[in-house]
Amino acid sequence: MSDTIFKVSGMSYSYPGGLSGLYDMDFRIGRGENIVFLGVNGSGKSTLLKLLDGLYFPKQGTIEAFGEPLTEKRLQDESFAFAFRRRVGFLFQDPDSQLFLPTVWQEVAFSPLQMGLAREEVEERAASALAVLGIEKLKDRVPYQLSEGEKKKVALASLLALDPEVWLLDEPTANLDPRTQDWVIEFILSLKEKGKTLIVAIHELEVAKVIADQAYILGEDHRLAAAGKPQEILQDEELLLRANLMHRRRHLHTDPVRTHRHPHRDPGHA
Amino acid sequence: MSRKNFVSKTLAGLTEAIKQAVFAERYARLPGLLQGLDPRGKIITFLALLIATAITRHLAVMALIYLLTVILAAASRIPMLFFMKRVWLFIPLFTGAIALPAIFNVVTPGQPLITLITFSAPFSWGPLHFPATIAITQQGVHGAAIFILRVATSVSLSVLLVLTTQWSRLLQALTALRFPKVAILIFGMTYRYIFLFIKVAEEMFLARTSRTVGPTDTREQQNWLSSRLGFLLTRSYNLSNDVYLAMLSRGWTGNARFLDDFRFTWQDTVWVVFTITFLGTIFFLGGMQ
Repeated sequence: MSDTIFKVSGMSYSYPGGLSGLYDMDFRIGRGENIVFLGVNGSGKSTLLKLLDGLYFPKQGTIEAFGEPLTEKRLQDESFAFAFRRRVGFLFQDPDSQLFLPTVWQEVAFSPLQMGLAREEVEERAASALAVLGIEKLKDRVPYQLSEGEKKKVALASLLALDPEVWLLDEPTANLDPRTQDWVIEFILSLKEKGKTLIVAIHELEVAKVIADQAYILGEDHRLAAAGKPQEILQDEELLLRANLMHRRRHLHTDPVRTHRHPHRDPGHA
Repeated sequence: MSRKNFVSKTLAGLTEAIKQAVFAERYARLPGLLQGLDPRGKIITFLALLIATAITRHLAVMALIYLLTVILAAASRIPMLFFMKRVWLFIPLFTGAIALPAIFNVVTPGQPLITLITFSAPFSWGPLHFPATIAITQQGVHGAAIFILRVATSVSLSVLLVLTTQWSRLLQALTALRFPKVAILIFGMTYRYIFLFIKVAEEMFLARTSRTVGPTDTREQQNWLSSRLGFLLTRSYNLSNDVYLAMLSRGWTGNARFLDDFRFTWQDTVWVVFTITFLGTIFFLGGMQ
C-alpha cells in the first residue's frame, strides 16, 4: 500500500470568471503526517482543502489521492467515490454549511448511512461519536438551537462517526471561545496520537506550532511561499511578515508602550 | 408615541417567527397523548380524519370531529387558548370574509331567518339582482356554518399534528410512508436554513436600527430593503453551494438514506383502532353522505 496520501503536481486553480485561486502547487503528503497550511484570509487555504477533497478540480496540473488520479471523472465511479469519501473527512469552516439536517442525531448518522453501513453499526457509531465529544444531550436538538462551539463539536462528531483516515480541517478553531478552542486543539492532538493524517488550514501560528509536523505558508499571491518544520518556519520573521502572518503592533509590556513585531495571538503580551 | 416603522415591525415579525417555532417544538416534546404516538400512525389517521371532514355534509359530523381535536389537544397538554388562537384567529378574517355573503338571500335564496331591509320592489345594481326583501336565510347560514366548521376542523387537525410532532420526526415518518426522499430532504433543509436566514435578517435590521437616528424617508428605506434582499439572496446562493459540497464530501450520491427509530406500540394500536371505529361508526350511520 502506498504511503503517499496526496501528491499534488504543478496544480493551479482559478474560480469561474478568472478570480485568483491557487498557482503552481507542488507537494506530497504522506500517511500519518500532520500538515498545516498557513495563510491569511483569501490566500486560498479553503480552496486547497476543497481541491484535496475532490470538491473542486484543478485547471492545470494534477492531484493524486492514494496513488490514483483525483478527477471529476474518477469520482463519478461510485465505488471509487465511496472508497475516497470513506477515507477522507472534511470539516468545513462554517458549521452551518456542514450541518444541513434537521437534528444532531441525523447529522452524525448521515455519513455512515451514505456509506451503506448496517443500521446497528450506524447507530453504534453515531452514539459513540456523540459520547466521545460529550454531546449526547444534544442528540435531538435542531442546529439553529446550538451555539457556535456546539455546532463545531457536532460537525466533528459527524466526521468521527465516519472515522476517516484523513482529516481535512478548515479553520477548526475559528469563531470559538478560548475554552472551546483549547478543547478542539486537544481533540486534534488525540487524532494525531491515533495516527490519523491531518491537513489543517489555519492562520493562528500558535495553534500551528502545537499540532503540525510540517507547515506550508500560502502567500497573498496564492502560491506556496515556504515549507518546512513549524519550529523553523515560524521563526522566520521576514517570511511571516511577507505572508502577512505577522505584524507590528503597539502594546503594553508593564509600563511603557513599545512597538515591535510579533505573531498573531502571542500569549506573552497583554 | 410615533407610529412603528417597517424596521421595527419587521424585527418584531422575525423575533415572533423564531419564538413561535421554539414554542411549537416545546409542545412536541411534552409527555402528552399524541406526542407519545408513532408519527406514521398519526399521519395516516389524521389524514383519514381530514378526508372525512372534507367529504361529509353534516354539521354534526364536523362538530364531532372538531370536538375530538379539542379533547385530543387537552389530552396532549396543548394550552387550550394557544390552540384556539392558532385556529380561530385567522378564520373570521379569511374564511369568514368568504362565507359572509353566502348567508344573505342575494347569494343563497331560501327560508328567511332575519329580515334586514325591505324595498318597494326588486332591483338590479350592475350585475347584481336584489330581491325586494334582503334577508339572512336559513340555508345560507347552514352553508356558511358548514364551510367555516370544515375549515376550522381541518386547520385544527393540521395544527394538532404539527404541534404534537417534532418537525424532524414528521419528515422521517413521511419518508417511512414512501414519500419521495429527495423532496423530504429539501423540506428538512428548507426548514433548517429558514432559521439561519431569519437570524441573518434580524441582525441586518438590528444593525440598521443601531446606526439610524431619527426618521428616514421612504425612498431610502426602499433602497436599503432592496439592497438587503439582494444580499440575502447572494448569501443563500453561496451557502447552498457550500452545503452541496458538504453533502458530496460526506458521501451523498443522490440516493438519500435516513435513519428512523419508530416503534409501533400498543398505544398506537389502540389509537388506530379507535380512529377506524370512530370513522366507521360515522360512515355506517350515514354521516359521510
